Amino acid sequence: MTAIKAGVADARAADGPHPDEPAVRLSGASLHYGRRVLWDALDLSVRPGEFVAVLGPNGSGKTSLLRVLLGRQPLTSGTVRVAGAAPGVGNRRIGYIPQQRVLDASVGLRGRDLVGFGLDGHRWGTGIGGRRARRAAVDAVLDAVGATDYANAPVGRLSGGEQQRLRVAQALVGDPDVLLCDEPLLSLDLAHQRAVSDLIDQRRRAAGTAVLFVTHEINPILPLVDRVLYLVDGRFMIGTPADVMTTETLSALYRTRVDVVRVRDQIVVVGAAEAGDCEHPHHVSA
Amino acid sequence: MGNLFDFSQAAQLLSLGFVQTALIAGAVLGLVAGVLAPLIVARNMAFSVHATAEIAFSGGAAALLLGISVGYGALGAAVIIAIVLGLLSRRDTERDSVIGVLLAFGLGVGVLLLSLYTGRSSNKFGLLVGQIVGVDSSSLALLVGSSVVVLVVLAVIYRPLRFASVDREVAIARGVPDGWLTVVFAVLVGVATALGVQTVGSLLVMSLMITPGAAANRVTANPVLATVLSVVFAEVAIIGGIVLSLPTSVPVSPFVTAISFVIYLACRAIGGVRTTPILAART
Repeated sequence: MTAIKAGVADARAADGPHPDEPAVRLSGASLHYGRRVLWDALDLSVRPGEFVAVLGPNGSGKTSLLRVLLGRQPLTSGTVRVAGAAPGVGNRRIGYIPQQRVLDASVGLRGRDLVGFGLDGHRWGTGIGGRRARRAAVDAVLDAVGATDYANAPVGRLSGGEQQRLRVAQALVGDPDVLLCDEPLLSLDLAHQRAVSDLIDQRRRAAGTAVLFVTHEINPILPLVDRVLYLVDGRFMIGTPADVMTTETLSALYRTRVDVVRVRDQIVVVGAAEAGDCEHPHHVSA
Repeated sequence: MGNLFDFSQAAQLLSLGFVQTALIAGAVLGLVAGVLAPLIVARNMAFSVHATAEIAFSGGAAALLLGISVGYGALGAAVIIAIVLGLLSRRDTERDSVIGVLLAFGLGVGVLLLSLYTGRSSNKFGLLVGQIVGVDSSSLALLVGSSVVVLVVLAVIYRPLRFASVDREVAIARGVPDGWLTVVFAVLVGVATALGVQTVGSLLVMSLMITPGAAANRVTANPVLATVLSVVFAEVAIIGGIVLSLPTSVPVSPFVTAISFVIYLACRAIGGVRTTPILAART
């Protein structure tokens, strides 16, 4: 495996965001759906290369936060900057790994086609021209995520873990400054959870890509996380895992008794129904 | 069987002008349908193609009644319904029911129009099962012109359209305008379907618009190869269908559908035997 890095850091310095500018910055950001407040007065600044986990029960606005950053959902109030620009669909500096959806076996699509879309799928034309350059870029990223062996197999016939590696490759092939991941480990076994999160970790260390990682389960990524944004019922808390994942902080956030227990290197949250359980979205209100 | 397939007679017929016109029309239609079919399959649009074809039939019936060219009637109705379907059916959950509602009403109108028509009954029958040997030079000009427009527009939108077809969420995040691409593609499919109505008829146009793409998808996941195979399958079906129907009094469509179906069965068998794609060659 080669390091995950497309190596245009120098070129990027000229036209990219100012090096001191945060990769993502939300100031006084609020998002309401009608009367429902997802979050209010959210201030978050993510440095290049920082790994931020976004946690919280279902319906707390984790995915909506990603939609805001992708430019698909306007803020109710406040300001937001992503990768040196206001959010807008089609920001090429953003890599996006969507919530895992198993691709249909009948769709005629190989792994390399899925990855290639991340490079130039948005461009007009047939895509017949420029195949050699695309092939080289796609091959490099397939090798980096260890997906070369099944690059030519129909995507629909691959396992969830294999598809998710391709999703990572698809998000990285465009050489993003910001990587937005929506539950990328969902329904993967432990080995694949580790493999996929390690790929993302390598990328942000090698290329300084900021990572926002939405998840309902922090344990698989605990060693990688710099900070946690924990959303509950319109309230939120930002800090290191050691600051946020405590009995006091989570009890205050959930406004009920929540116990945080550390067992070996795992964090077990008891009392907040979200812990490891995303099947019952209404469990949350204590 | 001797009477049904008299090949020396068929060879003689092939030298006739109207037969050659029919073959050119078939070849052009096979190309357009073959190129569109894999995308139609990827977008799960089989039902909407069916609806568009039935409503193109109603347009053709209206044209018969008004005494204008059936081709223009079918084309106009198909384009209008394609735009309506494209705009109304952006949400997958209600797409099928919207199509069903419009299909039923449009077909009802078509039956009414046809019952008011007092001309030759073979014209009515032709709308349903095709009348490819009735394609004259002006319909051929319309067919070729429309096909060129469809292929040029498709070449421009092809890559983002495919991206949005197989991976919608990421495509939208990457800036692909999925909403209006859906409408544009529906119109392209509408135009091609209307052309098919004239040749193989509204009942059987699916054998050119769906089956070749579905068959190709069974044997390869390579998009370029799938398109090439789909075109080959469509051409074999339509040209083979025309040639086989020549010495008979049977319309082309049963032959076209039969060839298409056999190809599909063969591809399913091949795709089922091999769990890995046999034709996953690199591009």
